[in-house]
Amino acid sequence: MSGILVLAETRRGELREVSLELVSAAREVKDPAGGRLAVAVIGADAERFAGDLAAGGVDEVLTVAAPVADFEAHVWQRALESLIDSEQPALVLAGHTIDSLGFAPAVAARAGLGFASDVTAISWADAVRARRGAYGDKLQAELEFPGKACTLLTVRPGIFPVASPAGGSVPARSVAIDLDGVARTEHVEFVEAGAGDVDITKADFLLSIGRGIEDKDNIPRFEDLAERFGATLSVSRPLVDAGWMPSARQVGQSGKTVKPRVYLALGISGAVQHLAGMRNADTIIAVNTDPEAPIFGVAHYGAVVDLFEVVDELEQALE
Amino acid sequence: MKIVVAVKQVAALDEEFELLDDGAGVDPDFLEWDLNEWDTFSLEAALELRDSAGGEGDEVVAITVGEEEAEEGLRSCLAKGADRAIRVWDESLAGADALAVARVLAAVLERESPDLVLCGVQSSDAVNGSTGTALAGYLDMPRVAVVTHLDWDAAGGTATVHRELEGGLIEVLRIRTPALLTIQTGINEPRYATLRAIKQAREKPLELVSPDGLGLDEAAVQAAAGSRTVALAPPERGAGAEMLDGSADAVAARIIEIVGERMAG
Repeated sequence: MSGILVLAETRRGELREVSLELVSAAREVKDPAGGRLAVAVIGADAERFAGDLAAGGVDEVLTVAAPVADFEAHVWQRALESLIDSEQPALVLAGHTIDSLGFAPAVAARAGLGFASDVTAISWADAVRARRGAYGDKLQAELEFPGKACTLLTVRPGIFPVASPAGGSVPARSVAIDLDGVARTEHVEFVEAGAGDVDITKADFLLSIGRGIEDKDNIPRFEDLAERFGATLSVSRPLVDAGWMPSARQVGQSGKTVKPRVYLALGISGAVQHLAGMRNADTIIAVNTDPEAPIFGVAHYGAVVDLFEVVDELEQALE
Repeated sequence: MKIVVAVKQVAALDEEFELLDDGAGVDPDFLEWDLNEWDTFSLEAALELRDSAGGEGDEVVAITVGEEEAEEGLRSCLAKGADRAIRVWDESLAGADALAVARVLAAVLERESPDLVLCGVQSSDAVNGSTGTALAGYLDMPRVAVVTHLDWDAAGGTATVHRELEGGLIEVLRIRTPALLTIQTGINEPRYATLRAIKQAREKPLELVSPDGLGLDEAAVQAAAGSRTVALAPPERGAGAEMLDGSADAVAARIIEIVGERMAG
């Protein structure tokens, strides 16, 4: 087995950005790995994306026609299993996305592949190595895949740059895979969740609060502080899960991706899913009592101090 | 109706910790254990389904792969209302990754034949997001990952679920059961156990079984493993944050100053 197979991702007729990030990730190990770099796209209209996927370093685009309009986990699983059989790659890269969570681990389990998810770095010595978080990202683990002829990695979005288009054309090949009757779920509809009173993606200054605020009864205090500060209030997921704040205010992978001039995070430890939604803010200031909180890894300014003491002082100063 | 909930006792690092001599694990003296947050939601979902069905013989079974610390997590599932629990362990499972754990769980489920299997989307320590879907793969069971709403017609053998996509988009879909669902936080409001229930939970059945007892030999579990951890290290922080020192009033003053500069600039 040799070469690299990248699995692109589309949603509702659009190529998702992670697809071209995966091409960049693949290019980092293409030379030492040897062999070709192929990018596969699965879908009812797969061929439509062949041009978009013709990025630098890609040797071939593979298109797989699927008998369903949108992503279906069991169809994608069968298609990827079949692609691995026919193309015999040594390394397969997919995005660490909600879609992949529904089928990539099943492919790895059934085929006995090397496997790691949410990978943030890939290297190649004699074989592939991967890096990922451990203990809630407080440590990083280096992983090997001994004895595996093929390894499937799901790669964290937003880590690798988006690959630019190739200078010339890249050959495309349609791969016929029998996917009829494979689907085991039936799509009903898409629903846009969380339309709310405010669009936090438009705010220049977000005051964002998380678990550290401890109690629902403290929320009015932060609403008031945000107003005094001229900020818009946003939140991390636990406050939405608890029903304390509407999902329209949620920053993160499953909420909104924001890019304000200032992001002031109070009592947010910084789970991966949260960081995905705010790491590109111009200036990030984080206040947290845990000096090891992952949010300090992306913040420009940090303070390890009790947030209520800081809030007391902010309230006085802004009076 | 039988619902199996696969749970995990997760480890959080103490503020100060030491690695094992091989550098590939954390010294267990520096770990604190708790039931995975996601699993409190999947357990609650199972209990609500069982209670609303209200049938004789309906049961919720909590299962886990884990050493002795995991017993406490199973006891808390029993205290909240699970009917019985199964823990799989022997020393050969130390350090098992998501695929190896899924392989072991698959052997339990082959014995239990549930109508519905619920897992958390991910665990807070490993954050693989993989065990549930790998388990469905081994069992060739239909599955949906990252479920935020669940409406199950047990008699009709279908469920309508919401799948939470990125950016606040929801997909509504239907699936035939038996099926496996990975449950996202916020789907419900997990209950707390009463003191009385905690006491009663000690009387509920908690079975300890080895992989061998499930007909799995050590080689099969090892072959299933997807990776091997060769080293653990603190993350590279990049340039890192500039830390604001001093008392709360000094920190507050600096924050106001920085915000003022950045918003004016």
